[in-house]
Amino acid sequence: MGLLTNLRDSISRVTDGLFAADEPKRIGIYGPPNAGKTTLANRIARDWTGDAVGPESHIPHETRRARRKEGVEIERNGRKVTIDIVDTPGVTTKVDYKEFLDHDMEKDDAVRRSREATEGVAEAMHWLREDVDGVIYVLDSTTDPFTQVNTMLIGIIESQDLPALILANKTDLEGSDVQQIANAFPQHETIPLSALEGDNMDEVYTKIAEYFG
Amino acid sequence: MAGPKANVDAADDPDDPDDSGDGVRIDMISGARMEGLTTMEKIRLILDGVRDGNIVILEEGLSPDEESRLIEVTMTEISPDDFTGIEIETYPKAEAGDQSFLDKLMGRESTQKLTVIGPANRIETLHKDENLISTLVSRK
Repeated sequence: MGLLTNLRDSISRVTDGLFAADEPKRIGIYGPPNAGKTTLANRIARDWTGDAVGPESHIPHETRRARRKEGVEIERNGRKVTIDIVDTPGVTTKVDYKEFLDHDMEKDDAVRRSREATEGVAEAMHWLREDVDGVIYVLDSTTDPFTQVNTMLIGIIESQDLPALILANKTDLEGSDVQQIANAFPQHETIPLSALEGDNMDEVYTKIAEYFG
Repeated sequence: MAGPKANVDAADDPDDPDDSGDGVRIDMISGARMEGLTTMEKIRLILDGVRDGNIVILEEGLSPDEESRLIEVTMTEISPDDFTGIEIETYPKAEAGDQSFLDKLMGRESTQKLTVIGPANRIETLHKDENLISTLVSRK
């Protein structure tokens, strides 16, 4: 019995060493285009490292490459949680360059942007299947959450048993409806915030530490 | 389980004239037809139909992993003035949450959910809730 116990303890120590708790976890920031993912990534990065992750814009598909900010140390209740933030392009099932023409863009630029956007979405899906340890799912709380992209992505995240935190962003805007998001995904906790204004970030950091620490 | 008869033979034949005229062709693909296919075969079957302008209805839908790969392959095929992507609709209820741990462990994913897929420029969702998907399909 003692031998078995010792053997189990030895295996446990080895596996603990292999999957060390202080190994930074890669947390993907996912969601549809224009939900405020980069604004949130920048908010988190600026609050804890002083740097930004990438440019923000009201034009959809501003983020067309997954960007990783490594070693973001978040301190909560006396303990530190180190994560790598992966800001991903907004996921969609369609991209039409003509939509960019409405944003005063020339056709060549719009076509290039749409091509980069499609590559970015494919990249984001690959990261989700292979390379993230947890997900922060960002939704614009002024829009209907019952979309197919949200349904599919939450399904994909759940099927991989990834810890997921749902954030109802843009609470500073008129028409924000956090409850609608909570109703759409009752199996997950929904945290309201305004990444732009920095509202309720304390709770967001507490939850990040709780979910991904 | 017996499903609706699949109308996919014509989709396999590139010489088949488009006899739909101004109409809209709908391919209803049974679960049995999809069962023996690999992920990429399923995705090709769907995207080939959709790129021809058809509406594809899957009796039993796709698994989350297959949906993820469908999005990825769709993105690689989008091209300006030709193909702008897909519109896809299933009922919003997530099946994954209802599975038992044993089912997940054994890879028995419950994916039985009616799924409608069409070209993004021809299909528009009018209403969607847990029990109803209402879509508007435009002619070519």
